[in-house]
Amino acid sequence: MKYAGLLVMPAGFFLSVAALVLFPDPVSRTAFVVCGLAVECLGLVVAVRGHMLARGESRP
Amino acid sequence: MNPQAAVPLTDAAFALCLALLLLAPLAIAGVALINTGLGRCRSAAQALLGNLAIVAVSAIVFALIGATLAGNLPSGPGGAGHILFVAGKPWNWLGEGSFLLGGLGAAPAQSQLALLFEFMAVAMAALIPWGSGADRLRLSAGCAIAAALAATVFPLLAHWVWAGGWLSALGVNFSLGAGFLDGGGAATVHVLGGLSALAVVWIAGPRKGKFPKEGLSTALPGHNAVYVLFGCLLALVGWLAWNVAGAVLWLHAPLSALPGTAVNTLLTASGALAATFAVTRFRFGKPDASLCANGWLAGLVASSACAGIVTPGESLFVGLVAGIATPLLVELLELALSIDDPSGAITVHAVGGLWGLLAAGIFAAQAGQLVAQLVGIATLLGLVLPLVYLLFWLLNRVVAFRVDADGERIGMDLHELGGGAYPEFVIHRDESYR
Repeated sequence: MKYAGLLVMPAGFFLSVAALVLFPDPVSRTAFVVCGLAVECLGLVVAVRGHMLARGESRP
Repeated sequence: MNPQAAVPLTDAAFALCLALLLLAPLAIAGVALINTGLGRCRSAAQALLGNLAIVAVSAIVFALIGATLAGNLPSGPGGAGHILFVAGKPWNWLGEGSFLLGGLGAAPAQSQLALLFEFMAVAMAALIPWGSGADRLRLSAGCAIAAALAATVFPLLAHWVWAGGWLSALGVNFSLGAGFLDGGGAATVHVLGGLSALAVVWIAGPRKGKFPKEGLSTALPGHNAVYVLFGCLLALVGWLAWNVAGAVLWLHAPLSALPGTAVNTLLTASGALAATFAVTRFRFGKPDASLCANGWLAGLVASSACAGIVTPGESLFVGLVAGIATPLLVELLELALSIDDPSGAITVHAVGGLWGLLAAGIFAAQAGQLVAQLVGIATLLGLVLPLVYLLFWLLNRVVAFRVDADGERIGMDLHELGGGAYPEFVIHRDESYR
């Protein structure tokens, strides 16, 4: 799960960068950049959750 | 203040910038003291030696490899690099500087100062994860992490932000304000360092006994609050120098704007300290010294992004928000997310830096600046964090990050150095903390 989260994060980055090229309109561009950030946050949450589980299983 | 167009440095500006950059290592000394003070006494010598070794390794590796990729010599900021053309726009993604600092003496004054700035910056960025791995990270691992950052991720980011790379060109190419702005290194130094700290903590795991099978996490307080608080004072001097020099070099601020940048730095840190003081006083009945130190540092980190851009009132607001968030996030990371970060670097450097970058976009006068800052933040979270994690994961296969169980039990000083920092002290064993 932790690796899935880390793989989702670059997808958010590419979404943000693609918005620069695809949307000249400032409103659409801003919206898609924010969407990219939201995807990254989702990936970060999944990665954090994944690491919590991994650590919990190996508690000393 | 709006960022100005680049103009050649006057002699006065060059002399001032050079003098300031010679004071910047005080920030590194401050963070080194904070890292050491927040660790345990049986690892203090190893922690401080590690700080020194990391500064040395990062400087050598940056000179050998990183400076070439960062691309500040000999062409200077805005100079040549490896450029991709996408949708008719140039994307300068990798620097192409001279090998082994060739032509340093003949380079323009601004390029020489930019290089000196980057030497300081890479040392600071590599130092930050060392504090988070305190009491379990091996000396060789700290050096390997510093080498990896100085050779790969830092030069990439420094080129993108400071040397004419695609992030700095967002304004020219896509009309997004003045492009991604990072006058004091909030992104290239602090967010990079903070995200590296997160990757290190994830890979190395928590300290032995930190999260027992039952009950809450064990408190493992720092061993010397005096180091920590004196480190904060040293850091202030270094940060003032760093932010003012950065304003000249990267924001092209006129000399008349520099006192304002210094005042903003002080106000952001002061606001953050006041807020953390109040929050910890409210939550625990008494102010918490180490959390107040973290709050102060978070304010300084946030100021790195925006001190050259915002007004004094706005900088105070930025500091207050950083100061309120810091103790709450430190607690959240430890208690809810089970992240063992002895120095609080993830909150202080990563979150503080991200907040500063966002605030710079919110308060900037130019249209589109907020989107430019958001794209920069997206790059840090979406590209830099996974890249750093992958790099460290591979590195951990070659140089094991974590010391063995015996080393952790007797302390890093005895295990790695053969002698403690305080030989006359009685060292507690882990069992005494349970």
